[in-house]
Amino acid sequence: MTWDVVIGLEVHVQLATRSKIFSGASASFGAEPNSQACAIDLAMPGMLPVLNADAVRMAATFGLAIDAELPAESVFDRKNYFYPDLPKGYQISQFERPIVGRGHLDLKLPGGGVRRIGITRAHLEEDAGKSLHEDFAGMTGIDLNRAGMPLLEVVSEPELRSAAEAAAYFRQIHVLVRYLGICDGNLNEGSMRCDANVSVRKSPSDPLGVRTEIKNLNSFRFLERAIEHEVARQIELIEAGGTVVRETLLYDPDRDETRPMRSKELSEDYRYFPEPDLLPVVLDTAQLDALRQGLPELPNAKRARFERDLALSAYDAEWLTSDPDVARYYEAVAATAGDPKLAANWVMGEWSAAMNRDAARTSPLAAEQLGRLIVRIKDGTISGKIAKTLFDALWKDPNKTVDDLIEAEDLTQVSDTAALAALVADVIRDNPEQVGQYRAGKTKVLGFFVGQLMKATQGKANPQALNELLKDALAEVRDR
Amino acid sequence: MTILEKDIDKLCALARLGLDADERSAARTDLERMIAMADAIAAVDTSGVVPLAHPLDATARLRADEVTEAVDRDAFQALAPLTHDGLYLVPRVIE
Repeated sequence: MTWDVVIGLEVHVQLATRSKIFSGASASFGAEPNSQACAIDLAMPGMLPVLNADAVRMAATFGLAIDAELPAESVFDRKNYFYPDLPKGYQISQFERPIVGRGHLDLKLPGGGVRRIGITRAHLEEDAGKSLHEDFAGMTGIDLNRAGMPLLEVVSEPELRSAAEAAAYFRQIHVLVRYLGICDGNLNEGSMRCDANVSVRKSPSDPLGVRTEIKNLNSFRFLERAIEHEVARQIELIEAGGTVVRETLLYDPDRDETRPMRSKELSEDYRYFPEPDLLPVVLDTAQLDALRQGLPELPNAKRARFERDLALSAYDAEWLTSDPDVARYYEAVAATAGDPKLAANWVMGEWSAAMNRDAARTSPLAAEQLGRLIVRIKDGTISGKIAKTLFDALWKDPNKTVDDLIEAEDLTQVSDTAALAALVADVIRDNPEQVGQYRAGKTKVLGFFVGQLMKATQGKANPQALNELLKDALAEVRDR
Repeated sequence: MTILEKDIDKLCALARLGLDADERSAARTDLERMIAMADAIAAVDTSGVVPLAHPLDATARLRADEVTEAVDRDAFQALAPLTHDGLYLVPRVIE
């Protein structure tokens, strides 16, 4: 039988501030252990939190982008629990009055089509430190650099229906926060993490089944695999006559299994109460209006515009808008090149291959240079083949310009009909055997002649002119 | 309201407190009096009253996003019972 799967996600977005959410300690990644944990992060006696204005701005920006209700006032609460990586014994979070209220995301479904997914809320909170369990002879090492990092926790409604949909939703939030510039999106540095609430039921009209929560998923692939695994486990359990228990699970990607988290065995009782050290946060209309004005073009709008105004295919538009840096680069290339489709081919082809090959984060080749290269293909100065050679040269030496290289290396395409015709005559004269085959109707041998001529011109022959000349010349031979 | 032994157990577990018999008994008396006071407050009709987030009639002043704290790790770690390569060491916690 088929089962109805119900998934809700909590996505933790680490906000791209310079300093922490409640202290002036640096929020940069990869520093020496505890070198960025100040007295406030360490919960030294008498320390008081002061809220980072940019964390508030980024949270509100996210709220605007998902068309959410933004309450005039939001409140911080203490979430109480003991763990060695939480020095205060409580986490400052938001419970009853989060900064971002109900909104939504129009999810592009993996099988095509769009469905609106409700976002229940998004709240600000501080991250905890990191526990390291290896190599300390029975002890656990604690690094508190991450303590106090600003997080925006985005909670979806339980409206996702499969592991693939959940992964698509996570991806789309990832793209959105990068467009908004509020998160660097580096999953391998923990900048985005995700908890999945999973339950199954026999029919969509049944009440929701008992759910389990899978914690700390930090890649799209693990999220999808963990949910697939958990759905299968729940179905198997119920079909064998068992019942699902509400529990918190950790996914182990090496073994492809979920197991209960020991620290969560005690039923959760966080005893939330309003944080007395922080006053309510106010978002006024003027501030929200200014933020709304400053919103960038969002991924869905950009994709639609690429299809509509640049006449790109749905596939190309999707590909080019899935990363804001790529989209920005492409737009600059297309603007210089004056040919959106050809620019798309180059960005998606040579450029992206070179970026991947070199694992480059920023392009060594300026967009304007690539644009000018495309202009020279379009105006017939160089052939597509030569352009690829030039691309490699420009990639290696970004200080050179397209026109310098064309001149220096004498790469201008040979379109001079008389010169080409002489070469065509030579090739026909030197290869009587292939001419014979062609005359016998084996027209494929044309490729052989083109190859010979390209060799003779070092690839500079204008392929169109060449083809025409060659066909005419061979037809003449055949007629004789 | 009566506080049961198991309530004390739960509160002790949540607060990480190990109380002896006398302390448990004292805690029970205190808790019963606190709950009685809360019950008295709860009897007041608060419909239409917005819950108070903070006793001060003021809103948060925000801090500019700038790195202002220098961290003297050695000074902080001199207070810790055990450290290793810049990490604080604690009795093993396993997930």
